[in-house]
Amino acid sequence: MFAFIVSRLLQAIPVMLTVSLISFSMFAYVGDPVAIMLGQDYTEAQRAALVRELGLDRPFYVQFVVFLQNAAQGEFGLSYRLARPVADLILERMPATLELSFTAACLALVVGVPMGVYTGLYRDSWLSRFFLTISLIGVSLPTFLIGILLILVFAVILGVLPSFGRGETVAIGWWTTGFLTASGLKALILPSITLGMFQMTLIMRLVRSEMLEVLRTDYIKFARARGLSNRAVHFGHALKNTLVPVITITGLQLGAIIAFAIVTETVFQWPGMGLLFIQAVANADIPIMAAYLLLIALLFVVINLIVDLLYYAVDPRLRGGLRAAGGR
Amino acid sequence: MPLLEVKNLRVEFPTRRGTLTAVDDVSFHIDPGEVLGVVGESGAGKSITGAAIIRLIEPPGRIAGGQVILNGRRIDNIPLDEMRHVRGKQIGAIFQDPLTTLNPLYSIGRQLVETMQTHLALSDREARARAIRWLEEVGIPGAAQRVDAYPHQFSGGMRQRVVIALALCAEPNLVIADEPTTALDVSIQAQVIALLKRLCREHGTAIMLVTHDMGVIAETADRVAVMYAGRIAEIGPVRDVVKHARHPYTEGLMGSIPALTHKVARLTQIEGAMPRLTDIPPGCAFHPRCPKVFERCRVERPDLMPTDGPNLAACWLHAPARGAREVGHAA
Amino acid sequence: MSASASAGGLARFLDSDLWYSFTRSPVVVLSAVVALSMIGAAILAPWIAPHDPFNLATLDLLDAFTPPAWDAEGDPRYLLGTDDQGRDVLSTIMHGARISLFVGFCSVVFAMTLGVTIGLIAGYVGGTTDAVLMRIADIKLTFPAILIALLVDGLVRAALPRELHDRIALWVVIFAIGISNWVPFARTVRGSTMVEKNKEYVMAARVIGLSSARIMRSHVLPNVMGPVLVIATLQLGFAILAEATLSFLGVGVPPTQPSLGTLIRIGNDFLFSGEWWITVFPGMTLAVMVLSVNLLGDWLRDALNPKLR
Repeated sequence: MFAFIVSRLLQAIPVMLTVSLISFSMFAYVGDPVAIMLGQDYTEAQRAALVRELGLDRPFYVQFVVFLQNAAQGEFGLSYRLARPVADLILERMPATLELSFTAACLALVVGVPMGVYTGLYRDSWLSRFFLTISLIGVSLPTFLIGILLILVFAVILGVLPSFGRGETVAIGWWTTGFLTASGLKALILPSITLGMFQMTLIMRLVRSEMLEVLRTDYIKFARARGLSNRAVHFGHALKNTLVPVITITGLQLGAIIAFAIVTETVFQWPGMGLLFIQAVANADIPIMAAYLLLIALLFVVINLIVDLLYYAVDPRLRGGLRAAGGR
Repeated sequence: MPLLEVKNLRVEFPTRRGTLTAVDDVSFHIDPGEVLGVVGESGAGKSITGAAIIRLIEPPGRIAGGQVILNGRRIDNIPLDEMRHVRGKQIGAIFQDPLTTLNPLYSIGRQLVETMQTHLALSDREARARAIRWLEEVGIPGAAQRVDAYPHQFSGGMRQRVVIALALCAEPNLVIADEPTTALDVSIQAQVIALLKRLCREHGTAIMLVTHDMGVIAETADRVAVMYAGRIAEIGPVRDVVKHARHPYTEGLMGSIPALTHKVARLTQIEGAMPRLTDIPPGCAFHPRCPKVFERCRVERPDLMPTDGPNLAACWLHAPARGAREVGHAA
Repeated sequence: MSASASAGGLARFLDSDLWYSFTRSPVVVLSAVVALSMIGAAILAPWIAPHDPFNLATLDLLDAFTPPAWDAEGDPRYLLGTDDQGRDVLSTIMHGARISLFVGFCSVVFAMTLGVTIGLIAGYVGGTTDAVLMRIADIKLTFPAILIALLVDGLVRAALPRELHDRIALWVVIFAIGISNWVPFARTVRGSTMVEKNKEYVMAARVIGLSSARIMRSHVLPNVMGPVLVIATLQLGFAILAEATLSFLGVGVPPTQPSLGTLIRIGNDFLFSGEWWITVFPGMTLAVMVLSVNLLGDWLRDALNPKLR
């Protein structure tokens, strides 16, 4: 078990290093940070001083090591545009994004998995066809359009739900939460449906196709041949076997939710990291982009680790020490 | 009364280019404790016959006609809910590939316990004790320790022993074994077959042994049914079928057995190949390949008919009509 | 000779399982019709659109915010109404669909070329090259494509001077979307290549001295074209969505060449003042376009290979 975690963590190191390198290269080579920081008028002496101060005259690998040290301490310099420390900006925005993503992910799982199981088991029933049609529309509608339509119906026409912002928030230490106020919860409804919809349909389609696949296997046939009840076959034998691929993809999808939050946050003017990032992209604000990239990579590594641990719990073949052809 | 009686069974697969008849008018019976071998090339319909009896044909395949009678009661038309109590409890099943028939995520003990508790009133403790006893019976060394092991921790041969235990653990009267040794290493095929036969004799269980391996049949079966293109070509006591085949196809089949301990995959003696189900010739399906073919074979389909021995054969050579035999030999 | 050969080919196609399953499914036929007519309308937009929304001379600000023609205040000249600048919504949609489809199509072709090449190299050369390429693919897969596209777009924006960026913005978007979607192509091609390269005829071709590139091109490629086309169809829907998303976020195609995503973003500003048609019609067009492409892709996947996912 311990060795398993360690080996997974070791595998994450090259990923993090690669992402750091990309992130660092953005800092070092894209645009001219010195010119941006100095503004319009500067002398060569000022420029040289700033280059030295930033350590830009040192060799590449030294700069990279310094960058890594700083990044490990959450130090990403100042935003070009807002002239505030990037770390502060991100920390301020993080609770909004995480609360939104968490709600959307729960929604996607709680609705998506049962719908997938149902459509897999009763593939020809009219309800299954209905779910499938809905899911295809869900996959084809862009996230922002879903958001716009929801705003049109519930905010503009019916006027029952807010169309932008987080509502009132409560500060708990540095964390601000919208979970504790009525207006915060109300503000969460439309954005989380918007964000969760795509993932929900994806999870549903995935669970369904895995279910269909598993139901065709010999061991399911053998379980039926032994006279086990439908309940035992479907929910004991079949569902458990669909879990392995479902966990992988769902894990990746949860990561994707945080990235997709960029779009949802734009539509709903949700004051999260995504909105910060999109503003950074539009203004070529490299420090924020680099920090956001690293943060997302870290989140993915953590999610992957959790996914691997879940595998370990579900699939006895991994516990035997040899890893069979795992996720696909 | 026979244990199992299959009457005029017909299995169809509707496809875009018409309906395929995979099993056509097949009738046979199995007596209690008897071993019936079913042989034929792949595609002859033998596995589908087995699957039809326990009603596990893959859709869109379906039973289109005939009856399956178990202990005097029809089971081909009862609701699937009742069929559940027939499967496992009265008819056990063994599949071909032990690597894929066991659920990889559950321990073998759990799978045994689950099966027994579905059909027999057993407490957890009794079921577990019985699971260990079954594992001992099928020759798993250290059964008490390995009962909680997972399928991937066993070799192929050991897994097939576990499958046998699973098929027999609710004490059925009949086991349908579909190619039970084909996927196994040649060196352990004989052991597994011997084990299956011994256990069934001890528990008085009948076996329907589906295989393409005449060697296994000759060694194991009491009677044998030879299938060709969805129909039974010949059926009778194993000695007579092996030594004095009455159907030209069976004759060819017997010619293809080398030593009994070897695996036979191909029927090299017979010219040509079995027709695909899409284009079964009129008359006797075997006539294009038959060395003794004559006019009647091309137009009229023979049903099983008595021969001069204890076997029944679907061949006009045995038609009571005068002159048929002479014409046949002349051709 | 060639006419009869192609007639025979057509006859064979009409008899194939593919055509059969096509005609059997009304939904698929419908989406093919919808997709084709949308593509047709988009391509022919400059000639068949009722107005030229980009000719400032014909625009009249007095016509701005006209509701759709069936509304009491509508104007029969503007079937789907007009936007804030008095442009005909129907015409902007046709021109916008043109840009959306162009970007989607080009980025899929780009992703396909890149992915197929990488897949062939990884599968054929094997060893360290393969390991490195597939590791990159893994890392790439870890990140959602839209994030990669955003990053690439942001980086290019930072690296290039403003006016140069505006001029090539369309190609930047194509590059950004393409670079974020080559992995599925590479994976599939790599798998087939590894199977194919160990077959005897490839060995034989090697023995007689054919070059690796030639073997790959004439033996492996034809074998993987089916799955590659399926992936390409499925990716087309995604690429159109990605472009719309980038444009909606304001970092996609330049406002001088509005795509459907740009139109939706512009219309979004007027949602609260009640001019819903400016955003809803482009949105519906986008949704129907992607839906029909996705339906076709799903059908193609199931018809060609039920196992492929």
